[in-house]
Amino acid sequence: MTTLETSAGLLPARTAAKEPARRTFRLSHISFGLVLAWLILGTALLWAIAPGLFTIYNPIEGVPGGQLKPPSALHLLGTDSLGRDLFARIVHGAVHSLSGAVAAVTVGLVVGTGLGLFAGAIGGRIDAVIMRFVDVLLSVPTLLLSLSIIILLGFGTLNAAIAVGATAIAGFARLMRSEVVRVRRADYVEAAFGSGGTFWNVLRRHILPNSLTSVIAYTAVQFGWAILQLSTLGFLGYGAPPPTPEWGLLIAEGRNYLATAWWLTAAPGFVVVAVVLSANRISQSIGRGR
Amino acid sequence: MSANTTPILEIRNLSISYGEGEARTRVVHDVSFSVAPGEVLALVGESGSGKTTTAQSVLGLLSGSGHIDAGSIHLNGEDISRWTEKRLRGIRGPVVSLIPQDPSNSLNPVLSVGAQVREILEIHGRLNRAEADRRVIELLTQVGLSEPELRAKQYPHELSGGMKQRVLIAIAIALKPALIIADEPTSALDVTVQRRILDLIDDLRRAYGTSLLLVTHDLGVAADRSDRLVVLQNGRIQEQGPTAEVLATPQSAYTRKLLSDAPSLAVRSARPAIDANSKPLVTVEGLSLDFGLPGGRRFRAVDNVSFTVRKGTTHAIVGESGSGKTTTIRAIAGFQKATGGTIHVGDTDVAGLSSRTLRPFRRKIQLVYQNPWGSLDPRQTIFSIVEEPLLNFDPLPKAERSQRVEAIIERVGLPTSVLSRLPHALSGGQRQRVAIARALILEPEVVVLDEAVSALDVTVQAQILALLGELQRDLGLTYIFVSHDLAVVRQIADTVSVLQNGRQVDYGPVAQIFESPASDYTRELIEAVPGRTFPHHLHLAAQTAGQGS
Repeated sequence: MTTLETSAGLLPARTAAKEPARRTFRLSHISFGLVLAWLILGTALLWAIAPGLFTIYNPIEGVPGGQLKPPSALHLLGTDSLGRDLFARIVHGAVHSLSGAVAAVTVGLVVGTGLGLFAGAIGGRIDAVIMRFVDVLLSVPTLLLSLSIIILLGFGTLNAAIAVGATAIAGFARLMRSEVVRVRRADYVEAAFGSGGTFWNVLRRHILPNSLTSVIAYTAVQFGWAILQLSTLGFLGYGAPPPTPEWGLLIAEGRNYLATAWWLTAAPGFVVVAVVLSANRISQSIGRGR
Repeated sequence: MSANTTPILEIRNLSISYGEGEARTRVVHDVSFSVAPGEVLALVGESGSGKTTTAQSVLGLLSGSGHIDAGSIHLNGEDISRWTEKRLRGIRGPVVSLIPQDPSNSLNPVLSVGAQVREILEIHGRLNRAEADRRVIELLTQVGLSEPELRAKQYPHELSGGMKQRVLIAIAIALKPALIIADEPTSALDVTVQRRILDLIDDLRRAYGTSLLLVTHDLGVAADRSDRLVVLQNGRIQEQGPTAEVLATPQSAYTRKLLSDAPSLAVRSARPAIDANSKPLVTVEGLSLDFGLPGGRRFRAVDNVSFTVRKGTTHAIVGESGSGKTTTIRAIAGFQKATGGTIHVGDTDVAGLSSRTLRPFRRKIQLVYQNPWGSLDPRQTIFSIVEEPLLNFDPLPKAERSQRVEAIIERVGLPTSVLSRLPHALSGGQRQRVAIARALILEPEVVVLDEAVSALDVTVQAQILALLGELQRDLGLTYIFVSHDLAVVRQIADTVSVLQNGRQVDYGPVAQIFESPASDYTRELIEAVPGRTFPHHLHLAAQTAGQGS
């Protein structure tokens, strides 16, 4: 163990000399997949910000007599059982799914990172208590945990977001703790204490900024995962109540007409998959870029 | 050496570059030299001088984007520089072999030592299993491993660094190659182990008549062990010739500089005698420090160490890895609680400090770390790194802070333009200057230097040592200097403690320690310092250096 650590400590010194020669390619070719991922996520964001630009139909009120129409020039993705334009519902639903995901990730990020930061920085008994609590969170199946929280808090978009966020806490806490423990051992942290830094000052100036890089990449993955979880909850009827055009709920509502109007489930399903994959692709590029 | 025989290795006008297209950088320029049978040629230079690249090219092992642009490499009269990987594989081992730099990374951790030595015999040999096993034991005996049968069954983590290096040497000599390339074979080892390993390589080389290409940054090692010397700088040969001649009458300015900077070869200017009136500033008495081991046992890292450091002097703590020297200074700096004994810095009792009184105490004593790549926060600018200690104590107005930061940065010999940069834009020597500036900005009384120059090249090391001496004279600083390098210690220390396994085996003024050491261990350490076989050249070298600069 000791030899490993010392040799790892010396290594940067040796590789530093070779680095200029290796760091040659950058931005020389931008990946097509990454551009596509940003386009998809950008479009979804625009849907959430200004849905009126993309569709003229009302997502809540249906057109009488226009039920279950197949996709056509008039209704791009057809209409549902109440005659509501599906494309309009997907576009207007973006704001629910995306804001829900942002809220969920924020809950996970703030609480999880905070727990991990204290566990790693303070160590000892506090570390043990926090991490055993995190282990308990991890041992409960995520869906079960979300459902229990929703039952306790009540239904609604925000509560669903909190429920999803709570299941993300454990992952953030573990990642943050491992990063903090690594940074905590660095000479510059000891030097900061040695020059009279207080615990809080060192935490703020050195430990936090140096531990956050991989957490940021992880946040993007969690964003995609949160959209998926929120849709799952919506599909099960634990998310936003109807007639909210939430993506998961759209899939659930279309399920009854799978045989006659398959586009009612396929279209929102495809949108969810595309957005989740894009978020993952982008997080991967953040992870690699650092 | 006999000049009439054909050389084993002949390199002609070799140029090597890394990278592709525009980003290509040439690291070896037009290098030519040759190695005669049975000869030891030392390739000497600082990091980035192209010495390792040159050595790798002989084995066809250039890493990644490395490419031979021009020139030829003749091995036993055949040009191998354009050979395919497959053909090269045939000569690696039987004709030319490598002793790598870092023994801790060079063995496969999941294979037994015996299996790894046998591997090379199996790849090239026609030996059957039983014969190969016998040969493995033979080889391990030859490289001086005790109980070779047992060692063959052990795994790398069960061996010490020196033993691992012996195993690597066994692999290198297994097929009796004509040429062995040793790339810094001992720089990761303690001095006494280093000497034993170099002796071993020497003996084996003599026994087999093998040639040796020794790549090293340590001019002392090269002086002791080589017949001829090639001095490289920035990928160009500065000088080559018989070792004794080069050291006695160096022709190029760069060689003279290296010679005068190498602590093991340079003449020491006597340190002024300690002022008998100066007060003791740091007093350590009967210091002991235990670490708890899993299973409730305790490990005594420091055992009954006592010494006194007078104000304005330098006290060196010397020892090999695991001797407790770092633990001792961490206790002095207040990072570790002593198990027994007392430490006084000025009139403060370090053991009696609570977490509240510890912080003001930090102003008095500052630590400079070994590795300047790890001791500076990679996300802070140099300005905020140096400014930070000021923010921790009485608030100063911003203008005064930046004035003091600028003053101290200039004091350590850096331009103020570095203040806006990040640490990665600085060289190792510059970073260590920043670390020193950070330590000095609080105007401490004691500066503890933990191997503060060990990670640096000799010329940079000499500059930092000169800076430290200057700062001590001007600011009246007291240093506690931890080092494994006795040559450096002899240059800068007034008093010395020698630690072995946590015990202080020698303590006294530097002259006394070096001239009449009290313990065998100290004597062994002093004898292990490379460069001792060339004492008569030292004066000559120093004189020429004096005239040259």
